[in-house]
Amino acid sequence: MFKWFDKWNREHPADIERPAILTGVAGAVVLAVVAVMALGQPYKTDSLQTGPRGNGMSVPEFVSDLAVPDPAIAELFDDPPYVPEEGEELAGDIYQNVQVLGDLTDANFNRLMAAMTRWVAPEQGCAYCHGDGDLETYGEDTLYTKVVSRRMIEMTRNINENWDAHVNANKQVGVTCMTCHRGQNVPSDIWFKMGEVNMAAAGWSAVQNRATPLTSYTSLPTDALEKYLLDGDMIGVHDLESRVAARPGDEGVPTIQDAERTYALMNYVANSLGVNCTFCHNTRAFYDGGQVTPQWATESLGIQMVLELNNDYLVPLAEVLAEDRLGPVAGDAPKVACRTCHKGYQQPLQGTNVIADWPELATSEAPDYGQ
Amino acid sequence: MSEYQNIFTQVQVEGPAEWGMDNDLASERIVTPGFSRLVGWVGNAQLGPIYLGWTGMISLATGALAIFIIGLNMLAQVGWSIPEFLRQGFWLALEPPSPEYGLTIPPLNDGGWYIIASLFLLVAVCTWWLRTYLLAEQHKMGKHVAWAFASAIWLFLVLGLFRPILMGSWSEAVPYGIFPHLDWTTAFSIRYGNLYYNPFHCLSIVFLYGSVLLFAMHGATILAVSRFGGDRELEQIVDRGTASERAALFWRWTMGFNATMEGIHRWAWWFAVLTPITGGIGILLTGTVVDNWFIWAQEHHFAPMYDGSYGYEAYGTYEAFIGRE
Repeated sequence: MFKWFDKWNREHPADIERPAILTGVAGAVVLAVVAVMALGQPYKTDSLQTGPRGNGMSVPEFVSDLAVPDPAIAELFDDPPYVPEEGEELAGDIYQNVQVLGDLTDANFNRLMAAMTRWVAPEQGCAYCHGDGDLETYGEDTLYTKVVSRRMIEMTRNINENWDAHVNANKQVGVTCMTCHRGQNVPSDIWFKMGEVNMAAAGWSAVQNRATPLTSYTSLPTDALEKYLLDGDMIGVHDLESRVAARPGDEGVPTIQDAERTYALMNYVANSLGVNCTFCHNTRAFYDGGQVTPQWATESLGIQMVLELNNDYLVPLAEVLAEDRLGPVAGDAPKVACRTCHKGYQQPLQGTNVIADWPELATSEAPDYGQ
Repeated sequence: MSEYQNIFTQVQVEGPAEWGMDNDLASERIVTPGFSRLVGWVGNAQLGPIYLGWTGMISLATGALAIFIIGLNMLAQVGWSIPEFLRQGFWLALEPPSPEYGLTIPPLNDGGWYIIASLFLLVAVCTWWLRTYLLAEQHKMGKHVAWAFASAIWLFLVLGLFRPILMGSWSEAVPYGIFPHLDWTTAFSIRYGNLYYNPFHCLSIVFLYGSVLLFAMHGATILAVSRFGGDRELEQIVDRGTASERAALFWRWTMGFNATMEGIHRWAWWFAVLTPITGGIGILLTGTVVDNWFIWAQEHHFAPMYDGSYGYEAYGTYEAFIGRE
């Protein structure tokens, strides 16, 4: 049927491929250029300069990512306190066994209870802590969840009251249960001891070289959070003179392995906050206090805060918590670190003030309703 | 156009296999030679024969032992699970001993295997070096390849032998693993206050990048004049032809200066050799003579200070950055 076509082709040989490829490539380039010009650059970035010009200190982000606010912000709700009236009866007098919220009026007490249910146990409701019994049984401490939440209220108040310099370093934001829990019984991004991750190995060989979430999937040491955010080991590894007489293995002399462990912690911190090294450091001299940003100081306070929260509040809860809430390897209590609150953002909930409606959680003393 | 810019060798000459000189070593050459079109794309199409000799035998045996020790240790670390070994392969490593063992013999599961593997690796590398020397001698060649290889072995020995001994601890050696040795490199630089302020590290980078530049310029030049016989480089050292002259004119008119057929090879060899030599010196001085290179650089007035504030508050607000003002 197409013999005439084949014949014509044979008689008129022509190089089709070369011009076709050329036209195709040129056409694709023109199309791409026009598309970028008309629709905009899809991978456009913006950056937050964090240090003097010329040393590359900045935190870059995709503009498309910056345009999307933290979805958790939408789950926050307004619930202003009821200003107590003179002589109003307090929860401690009305209910049985109110150990930490006794100073609250009945209305504010129930307001906070309802909010905590939404923050921590929206599906299980009151029963999650108080059990399925009648209202009369709500004073009992039969469930571990209730004992734990009491301690957590104390922890929240401690954070708001005594760690103001970290939490409110930029502006008044405070923390509530929601900062970590986000509607879940157990907050995301808690951590447990991993123990020795390698078999047939001991010492440093046993605690590194595995892809784990806590090491940001690097092969760096897996015990960084445990050593620095629980045991309080020294994080810095540098000598502060150009020459010091020290031998690796001597007491207090940081080794290359220690530097790797510090690097693991720093990776964790940076990923938890969605920033890079230069958010806090001038990377040419990590150790130099003269070349760090104010955020470095805020972060250092944060490490002290996490140490206190883990050691004073969370580790002792191992005795109270249910078996299935404990760590899979060491049977230890769940612990917090940067990511438990920050969840990948420079400021948790992108710096939204969550404490304004909750003076009850802001102090361990009688709440201040601004009367 | 596509002829000489091709990444693959365009001319493959194939005749009877070359056996080399029929001297008293002929009986020691093994493997019947064969030809591979595929291999010919990147090098000579002829494969074999190969002369191993006693150096080659020892080198291969000890090298294989080292690799097996490293591999089996990695496999043991994942409980002898092959899928896990493949999955975590890039993360796994045979690590040097923990610091508390100093230069003593550590337990097998905390660096002992590392010391044994390193010993075999040392023998393998040194006998392979001897092989390059002896084979060059047998061919009445200069020993350039052996000395170039020796410069790489210098860096290898500094990292795994000389520096750990000077530091008094095997824990200072580099782990055998893909990602772990990279982590070691970063941690080493950070621990000693930023290796970029180590002048020998600077020199090593200069020679490394210089080698790349020279190699690219030389390869390009020779390919560009090969149609005029430019690939007969060594004869043209003493007998310049039109290829050499065109290449020389090209560079002289481009940048006012040109290498010669002899000089370019001497430059390339020295740049390559000086990369690990200077790098090794830099490593050897780190922790033994200088413990914080940044402070050392400040003391020697070549770490500039920057004017300007630290912290984003001086340049903008977080709220403006995330568009929540």
